[in-house]
Amino acid sequence: MKVSPIEKFGNYAILVAFSFLIVSPLATIVIAAFAPASAADARAGAIHPENFIVAWTEGRFSQYMLTSVSVSVLVLSLTVVMSILSGYAFGTMKFRGSNVLFYLFLLGIMVPAEAIIIPLFFDLRSLGLTDTIWAVALPQVAQSIAFGTYWMRTYFRGVNPSILEAARVDGASPWRILWSILVPMGRPALTTMVVLIFMWTWNEFLIPLVMSPTGTFRTAPLALALFQGQYTQGTALLAAAAVLVALPVVILYFFLQRHFIQGMLEGAVKE
Amino acid sequence: MAISPVASSSLIRKGASDHGRSRRRGGARLTPYLYILPALLVYAAFMLYPLGRAVHLSLFKWDGLSLATFVGFGNYVDIASDERLRAAFGHAFVFVFFYAILPVCIGLVLASILTRARVHGLSIFRTIVFLPQVIAMVVVAVAWRQIYAPDGQLNTALRAIGLDGLTRAWLGDYTFSLPAVGIIGTWVSTGLVTVLLMAGMAKIPGERFESARLDGAGAIREFFSITVPAVRAEITVALTLTIVASLKTFDLIYVTTGGGPGSSTTVPSYEVYRRAFQLGEAGSAAAVGVTLTLMIFVISLIVNSIGDKSSS
Repeated sequence: MKVSPIEKFGNYAILVAFSFLIVSPLATIVIAAFAPASAADARAGAIHPENFIVAWTEGRFSQYMLTSVSVSVLVLSLTVVMSILSGYAFGTMKFRGSNVLFYLFLLGIMVPAEAIIIPLFFDLRSLGLTDTIWAVALPQVAQSIAFGTYWMRTYFRGVNPSILEAARVDGASPWRILWSILVPMGRPALTTMVVLIFMWTWNEFLIPLVMSPTGTFRTAPLALALFQGQYTQGTALLAAAAVLVALPVVILYFFLQRHFIQGMLEGAVKE
Repeated sequence: MAISPVASSSLIRKGASDHGRSRRRGGARLTPYLYILPALLVYAAFMLYPLGRAVHLSLFKWDGLSLATFVGFGNYVDIASDERLRAAFGHAFVFVFFYAILPVCIGLVLASILTRARVHGLSIFRTIVFLPQVIAMVVVAVAWRQIYAPDGQLNTALRAIGLDGLTRAWLGDYTFSLPAVGIIGTWVSTGLVTVLLMAGMAKIPGERFESARLDGAGAIREFFSITVPAVRAEITVALTLTIVASLKTFDLIYVTTGGGPGSSTTVPSYEVYRRAFQLGEAGSAAAVGVTLTLMIFVISLIVNSIGDKSSS
């Protein structure tokens, strides 16, 4: 399509303006993170990377980041294995009730954590399980399994049936076919699922807030919310803490952005 | 979670596990269930069972400690009669506008302008505008709190252009706190929606525009009669994703305003938390949670059925 140079220029202007609107709130916080935290600091210089170290130690982020990492690893490892298995059954096998069961899993993608958090908290409390890593992780595993099953089923259904047929003729069991052919072949789909579930788990707020009332398993985003309550004056340290909390997912995003964007768009468009 | 599958179509099965192997027939028939079992156990225990329990709990008046009393649908009646709860659900619809409707309108205009001309740098643009989707809402909230602060960037900018009269503590204002929080939602959603719509518009064959232009259609006619109808499916998906996200807004409210001032920015998901863990009204909180879930289901069904009807 031919367009005039003026229109082309206008388009660049729109691209730049829109990008600016999106970036500026984020830039604000990054700039604030390097600003002097106090009047004394201001006299020492304009740029203060040591804010990150101060925020890290004062906010005890080493502990909370470790909790976040442990919860993420636990949620990911359980979800990925279980979703591969269930997605494999739904995607390649014929069995009674498969439709009903699959829709039952789909339901979970829509259910908000707000609906299940109250009974979960009171029931797990009476079992003495609140304030454990399981109470924080397992509800998130259940949420992610709903998506993971859906996602892996889509992948397995897209596999060329002749590959399955050939492996079967060679005498490979369904278990072997899954782990030595289909899983290695499905690395792109798996990567997308892993980055999305990691992002959701890392950023999750309500479940760790409620399920760990004493804060033993406080994750990094929660610690940031708490840090904000304590440091109403020092915006520099708060901003530095905010950058630290966002950083792991943002770094991953810059390396694997295609997986993030495709996953979030295609997860909804396919079917 | 941000993903929602749009209604599944016909189910064509490829391959079958009980292929031949008559001698292990009984075992083979069980195989699929064994594969599903681990996922189903965790899912049933931590999703289905609590969901059922929430429905059950919502019929009781219970403070979380003492004996519960059965009140039937009393907690649901409260949602209609309690002023604060009514306000919370009202705000949810305001957020649907800011999170979903406004971004789709902006996204449609932006995407159609950007698809008309081949410009460079679209992939960088995509990377940038998608960023708000991957950043923890708490971080987003901290950033915007600084912008809206009395001595924050927004007021500074207003003073710089001489509009001192408009400056205020945006998040502490009874009138402006709700739209101020809503704008954060618009900021989060618009990039996602635009990228989604641009992907849809890239699939429209160029000849369709050429022939419309030969017929003398202007840019605006072209927009309404070609572009918008062609991306109906993408609009449906965008609306589903963003509406669900808006109804689940909890952390943003928790960090920016705590529902205040007064009840002017409270939303159902925040009321669930407040009622259960601050006021000790677990039954009422469960009723709000169940109602919120039903709202999410009904709205996505409506959006998808409208999308299906208009595309066929």
